[in-house]
Amino acid sequence: MLVIKNLSARIGEKEILRGVDLTVPDGEIHAIMGPNGAGKSTLSYVLSGRDGYQVTGGTATYNGADILALAPEERAAAGIFLAFQYPVELPGVGNANFIRTALNAVRRARGEPELDAVAFLKLARAAIKNLSMPDDMLKRNVNVGFSGGEKKRNEVLQMALLNPGLAILDETDSGLDIDALKIVAEGVNALRSEKFSALVITHYQRLLDHIVPDRVHVLAAGRIVRSGGPELALELEAHGYAGLEAA
Amino acid sequence: MTALPTRKLEAWRYTDLKALAAISFSDPAPAPAPANLPDLGLPRLVFVNGAYDSARSTPPECLRPFAAVAEGSDLPLALINAAHARDGYTLAVPDHFDAGALLIVSHAETEAPQAIHPRHRVTLGAGARLTIIEIAIGQGVYWHNPVTDISLDENATLAHYRLQDEGADSFHLATIRANIAAGAAYQAFTAAIGAKLSRAEIHVTLTGPNASAHLNAAQLLGGHQLGDVSTVVSHLAPHCASRQTVKSVLTDHARGVFQGRIEVDRLAQKTDGYQMNQALLLSPFAEMDIKPELQIFADDVKCSHGATIGALDPEQIFYLRSRGIPEDAARALLIRAFLTEALAPVTHEAAAALFEAAIEAWWTRR
Repeated sequence: MLVIKNLSARIGEKEILRGVDLTVPDGEIHAIMGPNGAGKSTLSYVLSGRDGYQVTGGTATYNGADILALAPEERAAAGIFLAFQYPVELPGVGNANFIRTALNAVRRARGEPELDAVAFLKLARAAIKNLSMPDDMLKRNVNVGFSGGEKKRNEVLQMALLNPGLAILDETDSGLDIDALKIVAEGVNALRSEKFSALVITHYQRLLDHIVPDRVHVLAAGRIVRSGGPELALELEAHGYAGLEAA
Repeated sequence: MTALPTRKLEAWRYTDLKALAAISFSDPAPAPAPANLPDLGLPRLVFVNGAYDSARSTPPECLRPFAAVAEGSDLPLALINAAHARDGYTLAVPDHFDAGALLIVSHAETEAPQAIHPRHRVTLGAGARLTIIEIAIGQGVYWHNPVTDISLDENATLAHYRLQDEGADSFHLATIRANIAAGAAYQAFTAAIGAKLSRAEIHVTLTGPNASAHLNAAQLLGGHQLGDVSTVVSHLAPHCASRQTVKSVLTDHARGVFQGRIEVDRLAQKTDGYQMNQALLLSPFAEMDIKPELQIFADDVKCSHGATIGALDPEQIFYLRSRGIPEDAARALLIRAFLTEALAPVTHEAAAALFEAAIEAWWTRR
């Protein structure tokens, strides 16, 4: 379970998060919506441990552990996965090698045996087939020359293989056509279980047609200003964010 | 005796040999080879302090006796080498013969400063093939000044892989000269990891149509090391290709130098020349000097060169860490990725494994 209490953070002198309160129980998918500049991406980066963000107050725990005290790789080992809004290209690094290195690092940290190349490929090929992705996805360099949709699908492939307990999807739907959107959504839905939870950050309601959230939260000016069921997303789509910030 | 070159010479503008000149070197003394010499399961030639060690060697058929040296150039280091050379390998592969792969180990072990001046020669007949894997290692204060003369007849192929992992107090100044005839290919890769000061000076002349040369290098340097890769590629005939990808990874106070000259003769139409030099600086005190030179006298050629100097990208490191890869391993992965293109000519499996291990070891001892 992810529990965020009164979380504040800033970049340099600029206060971005101003007291976020949010609880995501295991087995649930929560959506975070909100206007540009509300702090949605900052929340995902603070939770995944990116440099340059200073936490000025509050706490964030996952399954009881203080995740803000952990290095990014320790958060990954604890089961937290961030699907990037802009996945990074790694020229010279083969995708299969990258994902296997990541998977084995996480397995090692969890005290599980590492996978050899053959066992990994078997697992990866099955995941690729499940996600209807092209076979050559593993052979190419990480995200190099990938289309926007392919990059997002590669994030979902990594997520499927790393099998996190908590996935944070940072505007994974941006720049996706409807087919890619469905694949991403299927990737998330396939992980749904009592032990899996997700924080889906999105600007639009569209993604939530495919990943139906248990709860929807509106983040505005660094705070959760409203929470509700899936119907809240539809209301936002119809009326926009105007007026919410004052609420 | 010929004097050491100084920085007044354009070819030595960035590499200062003052520290070498300050040491008084004696002729090498015989020494026993250490027990654990590198062994790749290939025929092997072992040189200890410059002298051929027949007991530790398993020579291939193409090995010929050493012959006296006559130096025709005005290269200062080759002249000094000629005055002192007493040994070295001479390999002659007959026409259309595939001589396989050969490991050559040059080991130096000295109490007092010694200068080692081997003269090596490699001749491949028409259509002949050979792979040479050279490892230079040692300990103590010494100056290793090998000169290698290579001649490839028509359609011959020489793969020449060098691992320079000399002792920390040594100087390694290698001169390689290769004449490549029509249709022949010289595939070279050098990894420079050791030595206090090192230079690989490579002169390649493409003398017949469709000759090609791949002169790649990787330098991995730390401390106060200086590593220099200087190449001169002369295109004398049409339809020849030269490819150079040189990558330097520099940390601490290390300095890297790359000088690359491509000369295209008036007759060398349809030349395809490519030169890429990239440096990764892992410390604010590391330095890289890059000097590309193109001298083109033909009008229908394709020649390109590029140079970049940068640092590891924090976005890439965070991306890897967010996937569970610890920071050190993330940096190592990115450094290895940076070197990938330079390693392209290393197609021999044992050589590839040797360089992988050397890169890994360099990273691990950081």
